[in-house]
Amino acid sequence: MAVQTLTYIFVGLTFGLYIAIALWSRARSTTDFYVAGGGVNPVINGMATAADWMSAASFISMAGIIAFMGRDGAVYLLGWTGGYVLLALLLAPYLRKFGQFTVPDFIGERYYSRAARVVAVICLVFISFTYIAGQMRGVGIVFSRFLEVHIATGVLIGMGIVFIYAVLGGMKGITYTQAAQYCVLIFAYMVPAIFISLLVSGSPIPQLGFAGTMADGSGRAVLETLDATLLDLGFGAYTDGARSTIDIFAITAALMIGTAGLPHVIVRFFTVPKVSDARRSAGWALMFIAILYTTAPAVAVFARINFVESVNGKPYDETPAWFRNWEDIGLVAWQDKNDDGRLQYRAGAPFAGAPSFSDTRGDSGERLITNTTTETANEVYVDRDIIVLANPEIAALPNWVVALVAAGGLAAALSTAAGLLLVISAAVSHDLLKKTFSPNLSERQELLYARIAIAVALGLAGLFGIYPPAFVAQVVAFAFGLAAASLFPAILLGVFSKRMNKEGAIAGMIVGLIFTFGYIVYFKFVSPGSNTAAYWLFGISPEGIGFIGAALNFAVAGIVARFTAPPPDAVQDLVDDIRLPSGAGVARDHG
Amino acid sequence: MTGDQTDTTSSVFHHDDQGNPIGHTSHDNEAVSKSRMSAYWRANLKFLGALLVVWFAVSFGAGIIFADTLDQYSFLGFPLGFWFSQQGAIYVFVVLIFIYVIGMNRIDKIHGVDDDESSPTTGGSA
Repeated sequence: MAVQTLTYIFVGLTFGLYIAIALWSRARSTTDFYVAGGGVNPVINGMATAADWMSAASFISMAGIIAFMGRDGAVYLLGWTGGYVLLALLLAPYLRKFGQFTVPDFIGERYYSRAARVVAVICLVFISFTYIAGQMRGVGIVFSRFLEVHIATGVLIGMGIVFIYAVLGGMKGITYTQAAQYCVLIFAYMVPAIFISLLVSGSPIPQLGFAGTMADGSGRAVLETLDATLLDLGFGAYTDGARSTIDIFAITAALMIGTAGLPHVIVRFFTVPKVSDARRSAGWALMFIAILYTTAPAVAVFARINFVESVNGKPYDETPAWFRNWEDIGLVAWQDKNDDGRLQYRAGAPFAGAPSFSDTRGDSGERLITNTTTETANEVYVDRDIIVLANPEIAALPNWVVALVAAGGLAAALSTAAGLLLVISAAVSHDLLKKTFSPNLSERQELLYARIAIAVALGLAGLFGIYPPAFVAQVVAFAFGLAAASLFPAILLGVFSKRMNKEGAIAGMIVGLIFTFGYIVYFKFVSPGSNTAAYWLFGISPEGIGFIGAALNFAVAGIVARFTAPPPDAVQDLVDDIRLPSGAGVARDHG
Repeated sequence: MTGDQTDTTSSVFHHDDQGNPIGHTSHDNEAVSKSRMSAYWRANLKFLGALLVVWFAVSFGAGIIFADTLDQYSFLGFPLGFWFSQQGAIYVFVVLIFIYVIGMNRIDKIHGVDDDESSPTTGGSA
């Protein structure tokens, strides 16, 4: 069967499954809507958390990014899983014990301050929208490539599905759908990975395969072969890093602290019955996450080997079909600089920026581009986001595997988008409306506003997907940097320092935010030309600056708290209480 | 500990929505004396600290700072530092969280603050 037919079948089946689950698990109260009634089994919650956590970035982009970054790609592997450990050890059990609905709830109550709550809401909404834009781009790519519908149509279909299970089901619908989405996405990730590992290294376990020997009979190690190939083409060796140790350190730390502060993952722990369940559920979640995260670096190595082999030196009309398919979408391009009709894949950018295509085709039949050429010998442009999606085709795997990956990519993007939409809606309906502007809202009204807020947020997210703002790629650094510099230190200090007061927490959040925001804006927008190590503070890139922002936040908060009044007794008692696991009720509105 | 406390907490699991606020500062704390509470918290912090040292050592230590030195050694066919940064640290992370789960349950029990209610609750063990 054709790839497209199979994709329609797989995507149709999985979407049907999600809708069925949504209808079965409709939310009836705000407790259902915000925290799934608080009665979710820890293993199921672990799966849901894993799907929530692993976004389109993890499923679609990460292996591709690592394939081209080589060793330095470890920042994502370490950052995103190590941050999870911080979350599980330092935040999850205590926030579960605190037992309310949202992250701003915690900040607002712990720091006895509406201002703190509103600052938290602003951070949360900004972080979440930045993140959603990326998910919707993932949905758009999958639809336009595999179902050959217009990106707008694809995004609308995706929005429709999320609307059904998020608006009807709230957290309850989202939790059970996410558990199903985890199963879909991990199966879709592992099947091609195992196939490709067998083809390249002869080992059915990708995690071991990429350290094994090539299956081509040469007897050479996989990593050595890749290193040698890349050095021949003018790249650095795959197993050597290009970035400085301090920058790698800072980026890893910023990603760790940032992911630990991501609100949509934190709220997942509000859905289990007890504190000990929150801990256990975090363990299961990381195990489910680790299956994908330890496979990704293997996929990256195999993909890079296959990519070079199937592209470099080929005449254009002998390139595999996938090359021309992705060229049609505009995510790969070839410029025949030396007019030999063959693709030369070398180090360096082939031309300035992303390709802008003219309507005409060149002598070999390639789409001509209008960008200014560069001096490098490289003729091939490839968007990193295509690697995972194109991988089964690059390795010439059966059509059903290609279709499966499409369904998996959608599961990853939609599960994360739904989780983000829920925290946005809770922040608006619960923290802004109920807790800040109109405390007299009944539960029924609040539920209605929560549904309206999720629908509006979904509409906005859809617009991001259909008309992706040109700066999406640049602002991803924001989401993690800001979460690291604002939410994480405030929550951590709230639990571990009884003496921390509202003056300290608010001052810390504001200083951390402004510093991080300013640094990223300066290097990404105001003066992108000077975005090199020579101008960076301590040699730390904007991607890693959230680490310094977080450190500043801690320092300022500590100093300010020292010179201002300690928090009221009731708040100190609250801190004592959240430190004890016993007596945690279902997360609820404390009125 | 009194039967009173058990009632408060178990009723919550029955989703009774009468809107009775469960005060953060009430029953459960009075039952646990201040000194027991601080002994529990110290044990907790000590355990957390030990786990975080391992967490830092395998990721920032072996995977980043000392990676170049470790690369001289080979493990399962990988340069060792490379293995830590792209595989090993993640396995250790998973093990760490499960050690945390088991260790904290034990610390909770020793100090009498565990949340294992006498009645079976939703979720339960897997």
